Amino acid sequence: MTVLTTHKGGFGRLARRPEAGSFLGMIVVYIFFAALGGQNFVGSPGWSSWLNMAAEIGTIALPVGLLMIAGFLDISVGAVLPASSLTVAIISGHFELPLYLGVAGGLAVGLLVGFVNGFLVTRTTIPSLILTIGTMFGVMGLTLGLTILIAGSTGVFIVPDTLSHAIFGAALGGMFQIGIFWWLGFVALIYGMLHLSPWGNWVFALGGDKESARNAGIPTRALTIQLYMLSGFAAAFVGVTQVITFGSAQVAAGSSFIFNAIMCVVIGGVTLTGGAGSVIGIVFGTITFAIVNQGIFFSGLDPNFGSIIIGALLLTAVLSNDTFRAMALRYSARK
Amino acid sequence: MELIKAFLRRPAAASILSLIGVLAFYVVFGGVDLFKLAKAASWVNFAANLGIVAIPVGLLMIAGEMDISIGAMIPAGSITTAILSGYYGLPMWVGMAGALALGVLVGTVNGLLTVRTTVPSLIVTLGTLVGMQGIVLAAAVLLTGNASVTLAAPDWAKFVFGQLIGGSHQVIILWWLGLAAIFAFVLHKTRYGNWIFALGGDKVSARNAGIPTERLTITLFILSATAASFVGMCQAIQFNSAQVSGGMGYIFNAICCVVVGGVILTGGFGSVIGIFMGTITFAVVAQGIYFTQIDRNWSNLIIGAMLLIAVAMNESFRKLALSQVRRTAKKEA
Amino acid sequence: MPDKLSPKPAVLELQSVDKSFGPIDVLHDISLKVQAGEVLCLLGDNGAGKSTLIKTLAGVYQPTRGKILMDGVETRLAGPRDASNRGIATVHQFGGTFPLMSIGRSFFVGVEPTKGWGPFKVFDRKKANEVAVKAVQDFGITRITDGERLVGGLSGGERQSLAIARAVYFGARVLILDEPTAALGVKQAAHVLRIVNEAKRRGLAVVFITHQVMHAMAVGDHFAVLIRGAIAADFRKGERTREEITDLMAGGETMSTLEASIEGYMATHDGHAPPAA
Repeated sequence: MTVLTTHKGGFGRLARRPEAGSFLGMIVVYIFFAALGGQNFVGSPGWSSWLNMAAEIGTIALPVGLLMIAGFLDISVGAVLPASSLTVAIISGHFELPLYLGVAGGLAVGLLVGFVNGFLVTRTTIPSLILTIGTMFGVMGLTLGLTILIAGSTGVFIVPDTLSHAIFGAALGGMFQIGIFWWLGFVALIYGMLHLSPWGNWVFALGGDKESARNAGIPTRALTIQLYMLSGFAAAFVGVTQVITFGSAQVAAGSSFIFNAIMCVVIGGVTLTGGAGSVIGIVFGTITFAIVNQGIFFSGLDPNFGSIIIGALLLTAVLSNDTFRAMALRYSARK
Repeated sequence: MELIKAFLRRPAAASILSLIGVLAFYVVFGGVDLFKLAKAASWVNFAANLGIVAIPVGLLMIAGEMDISIGAMIPAGSITTAILSGYYGLPMWVGMAGALALGVLVGTVNGLLTVRTTVPSLIVTLGTLVGMQGIVLAAAVLLTGNASVTLAAPDWAKFVFGQLIGGSHQVIILWWLGLAAIFAFVLHKTRYGNWIFALGGDKVSARNAGIPTERLTITLFILSATAASFVGMCQAIQFNSAQVSGGMGYIFNAICCVVVGGVILTGGFGSVIGIFMGTITFAVVAQGIYFTQIDRNWSNLIIGAMLLIAVAMNESFRKLALSQVRRTAKKEA
Repeated sequence: MPDKLSPKPAVLELQSVDKSFGPIDVLHDISLKVQAGEVLCLLGDNGAGKSTLIKTLAGVYQPTRGKILMDGVETRLAGPRDASNRGIATVHQFGGTFPLMSIGRSFFVGVEPTKGWGPFKVFDRKKANEVAVKAVQDFGITRITDGERLVGGLSGGERQSLAIARAVYFGARVLILDEPTAALGVKQAAHVLRIVNEAKRRGLAVVFITHQVMHAMAVGDHFAVLIRGAIAADFRKGERTREEITDLMAGGETMSTLEASIEGYMATHDGHAPPAA
């Protein structure tokens, strides 16, 4: 007879979940800054400021996290963002074509770069870190070169129509950007893809052991390309929302963007080596990052301390995540 | 034929070929005057500043670790020197010692965290990168009230660290050549170098063979952080001022130099000559474009393409080298 | 030597298979039969071509020359997925399982059960856990009861057992085990050997690659020795004494005599291997 147990171990079960650590970190950090920041931080000004930041970095952190679970890195996202912004701006601002064409163009750029990344990663033995550094330089160069060539300057302007502005750039109550809802939508979508569907199991398998995954019949090449196109799309999406919100696009790319995304993902419990992680964890990590980043302005502390706190937070988070994971593995063995 | 094959097996092969390729590209498509390029100082200065950092970063990669905190250590070094000797007017050697000591400190922290915890070095140094950025900015603003600090270095310091030879070439070039020679010697001729390769090849086996892997790792992190702050220090002396920003570009640039130079990301393979040639190649790509008729806005595109081609070449040559070994073994069997 | 004892065609058979990679010849003239309900122990030194042979059996490589037959019918294995669809399952030394996944998920990698319809097909976690646990308990591993446990928390022997149970569940007819007991202690190895015997009892054909004499003798019905890519010896249990087998596997005198005779034959016969003794 089969003896099957389903553990309703309650709290113990929850503590062993991978998200436990990042949840704890998020609460601690919130309490810390609530204590320092007082009324403003706990009220709308505080919530809106870190939610806005979380939405922006979070949208990109999700697919970057998926890639890391699958065992890959994508450094090029920092360059795709301005590339897509400028594509929208050049198509709809400089050439004055309808905005939906500009948006389509911007998103297409993200998908294209993602495809190139995925294709090269699967067809060569070049490690993804190096490869995406290369595509990062390439996209940066193309962006600058083409922008100067076409528009003659490093910044391009557009005037979005009211509908587009409402969809992508509105701010509720003047404070909460609509990007937050887009982000939450992405969260739900990616959650479904990673944790509920078989496709998500394939992502974990790919990161756990690529050879075994391929032997089990998983189309690892196609999967990798899909993941990179997803991250390219997400970066492009954020670029599109930014250009519509602010009405202009600049060439300057930030390499700090990818580092911030990696931090959110790692604080959220995703292992650098791949094979483990969760969307909820990434969300908690993103919120934690955003709270520290923004909370510092409400706290009256020197803003530079924010960086120091984030650095320390990163290390603490990874250490505690490792501890939680060891607990989960040890529990299994004890039986 | 055998000679060519032997050449291709060396880690530096791809970088030398890339250099030739880039020069050819610039000559054919950009109308570069090679003589002018050779005499120019801009790319050599660029190479020297980047190269001093790239070598220990490369050594760490050969040992299987990463250090991205150098992006914050360069401004840290220059700010420390400037604040101590410029703002507070302390003797020059105090400022210099301070900068180097900071490098040793941060390197030790990086090393200890990497060996004592399970946190991967990429994440550890990401943490120190962000942390140091905050510390440097906070120190500058709190102590001097400015994000940039001026320094008037005494003549002897300027002579050794900050002068322009022939009015164009920074003296740091000589430092780069000297340090490269020392590192090359250590890596390829001493047992410490062998330890580094062993560590990167298989950490557990290295430890079992009696190699003091923890001390070695910490030493390498100290070398890279100190090299970065040394470069910052020289820059402060040379330009009479220090900025809190400006190191971030070095991170990916240094990785490029190292990887183009034949070092494998996973560790255990590479050479100092390769890193040296990789640095020269990178510098020629990045700065050489100013000598061509090609619009300089395309420079990053060329860098990206060069990186991918060079790394692809490295991978192919390495496979060639490995299959060669197997074939010779079969023949001898 | 052709086996006249079983009238049924072998489940899996290689006939005069060569495998080369460009100019490098790895396998020469391999002829092997794997029967249902029997364990074939594949012995050989490193570099003898064992892993290439396993990969050829598993469909990863296609033979350069020669035939593969399944149930007496000539077959071409287009790839590992094709091979596993036809019932050839490979279990690797380190389990090939995913340590950070739960048992249920790891069991069904690539063929996840779903509920729901259309684009909203959801991974049926409950079913996966139930089936996985039942499958492994049917093999006699009663310690595993919770499909949510991480595979990494299982012992090495349990992980091997899980992998074998998985192969059997998905209808494997041929089980290729690549050094399954090499990294295990005595007790755990005994577990795995029990499972191998259970698989044999259920009618699977097992190819067992190992260095361990005792383990080979505990389960093997049929032994083949691979030297320099050729079958140097092919005998059933009982045809050689334990000392001779140990000697062969230890690379002793018998081994070097065989090696010398093969090299001599190959030198005078254009690189062809001698017919197996």
